[in-house]
Amino acid sequence: MSLETVGRDIDRSQMQVSKTDVAIEIAGMHKWYGDFHVLRDINLTVMKGERIVIAGPSGSGKSTLIRCINRLEEHQQGHIIVNGTELTSDLKRIDEVRREVGMVFQHFNLFPHLTILQNLTLAPIWVRGIPKAEAERTAMHYLERVKIPEQANKFPGQLSGGQQQRVAIARSLCMNPEIMLFDEPTSALDPEMVKEVLEVMVSLAEGGMTMLCVTHEMGFARQVANRVIFMDQGQIIEQNEPEEFFHNPRHERTKLFLSQILH
Amino acid sequence: MTIDTAYVRTEMVSAQPAPRRTSGTWAWMRKNLFATPTDTVLTALGVIFLFWVIPPLYNFFVGHAVFPGGTVEDCRASPDGACWAYIGSEIEFFIYGFYPMAEYWRPNIVFALLAALIIPLLAPRVPFKRTNAVLFFVVFPIVSFILLNGLDIRVTEDSPLFGLLSGMGLLSTRFGLPEGTWLFMQYVPTEQWGGLLVTLIISVVGISLSLPMGILLALGRQSKLPIIKTLCIAFIELVRAVPLITVLFMASIMLPLFLPVGMSIDKFLRAIVGVTLFTSAYMAEVVRGGLQAIGRGQYEAASSLGLNYWKSMFFIVLPQALKHVIPGIVNNFISLFKDTSLVYIVGMKDLLEAVKTKNDALEWASASQSITGYAFAAIVFWTFCFSMSRYSMWVERRLDTGYKR
Repeated sequence: MSLETVGRDIDRSQMQVSKTDVAIEIAGMHKWYGDFHVLRDINLTVMKGERIVIAGPSGSGKSTLIRCINRLEEHQQGHIIVNGTELTSDLKRIDEVRREVGMVFQHFNLFPHLTILQNLTLAPIWVRGIPKAEAERTAMHYLERVKIPEQANKFPGQLSGGQQQRVAIARSLCMNPEIMLFDEPTSALDPEMVKEVLEVMVSLAEGGMTMLCVTHEMGFARQVANRVIFMDQGQIIEQNEPEEFFHNPRHERTKLFLSQILH
Repeated sequence: MTIDTAYVRTEMVSAQPAPRRTSGTWAWMRKNLFATPTDTVLTALGVIFLFWVIPPLYNFFVGHAVFPGGTVEDCRASPDGACWAYIGSEIEFFIYGFYPMAEYWRPNIVFALLAALIIPLLAPRVPFKRTNAVLFFVVFPIVSFILLNGLDIRVTEDSPLFGLLSGMGLLSTRFGLPEGTWLFMQYVPTEQWGGLLVTLIISVVGISLSLPMGILLALGRQSKLPIIKTLCIAFIELVRAVPLITVLFMASIMLPLFLPVGMSIDKFLRAIVGVTLFTSAYMAEVVRGGLQAIGRGQYEAASSLGLNYWKSMFFIVLPQALKHVIPGIVNNFISLFKDTSLVYIVGMKDLLEAVKTKNDALEWASASQSITGYAFAAIVFWTFCFSMSRYSMWVERRLDTGYKR
């Protein structure tokens, strides 16, 4: 890994962070897997339009943290409020939050029995109740945005990893989410395909999307993020603006981590 | 010798056609039949076996057989040949059982409707699948039941409709309806249904109901709700651990003990329910195997898009899970089809039981009578089961293209 940039000038004019609108608020949150205390005292406020990169060694709870935000994981203590809706065991509220929060997974998790277009239109049609023709128009729009409209009628298995991940991003965007969560979106990709996925993520950021990204792509973090969060042992141990974070880490664990991955 | 460590390719090799495979009958035989001495010996043994087995079979079923049109004397004169004449003369009993002969047109319409609805339903290219499914699963059973069963309404003084109809003048002598005429169609109680008709009804109903029930049981078994989960596990484990004969016995003998006096459930219906419940327990375990093959990522992707439990099951999980277990599902369908012959336990005359009954008929008594009867039943069962098997293999191949890597 390096701090190498994505390779083009980034337009920051749209990347405004709201001063007043809170997108996500996490307060005093704890989570256990059985007896194992995975997340400890997480406090994090994300404003609308923020691009947050979450880094840390494996097993530090980064993925678990963002999976709590759309309740793929359940927390046992504290509060998580997404877009003004507090996540509890109330299924209705969970569905409400999930409709507004898109998620991109490390292993894409496209639906292999559906075509690309069907992958993109399923949720808009059956969750949002959008007419099929309109859903397909929106889907084609986003496929063009991720630059693979010509693959619309193929099946996921016929696409490369990078293309599949771009489809997965487009699939989330079709639900018109307010917040996007990325769980190591480039970790399962061949090195040559990382860039095409990062490009899409950069353009999303340029459009003003609120993003939380678990990633080891430090170049992306430096260029796009307005805040980097470093986690270890289930806790947030340091957070800062990217420039400061990379050039002036304060916690010993952060220094060690950065020295291991940047060369 | 020195090894060059540096190398740069200057010309790319373009793709070339694959080397031609040796083809032709002789090459095929060399490769598959006579590749090694052992193979040659096995091939010779196989040929000897065929020579030993085929001629007697041919002689029995074709060569020395008496075909329909022949008489019982012909059959007696040819004891080492099948008596197809017997089958030909009793075929109506094998198909309809004791169904009144004058009413054969009713089961015939049902057979025709079944074929007309099931073939387009199974052929993926035919459009209007939704209409077709509604016709098959909703309209067809009702129509069939009314057709086969008729309605027990007669022109008698005590019939509830009598007063109404005569009040409307419909029973005036002008229409010439004598006392005791069936107003609608003659009522044929299920006791008189039989033969292939019964076999097909039980299997079609059983197959159409056991898969959805099996799916629900499998989902219930994985449910997070403890009551549903326990009930499903209890049902599956109880029914699976009991022989079908026992289930049918219980349905026919024990069930009436629990019902209020005077209330009875039709024997035929009980048999159908028994077979369906039995198969659905097996089906549930097959489907559960398929559900376990679906990775957590699929569930998570579906949830993260806001699909609720039923929608993610219906659109995402089940289509993939069921595709994985098509062989197991069809296996159960085939078992069910053959298990229908056990309904003789509760006194139904299915195809096999109809054959067994007529095998004792004196007017066709000959050496090969019963073996011909059983061969006929075997051929009918085999035809249906083999078609199901081929269809399922074809479906598997068809669905597979979507996953091509």
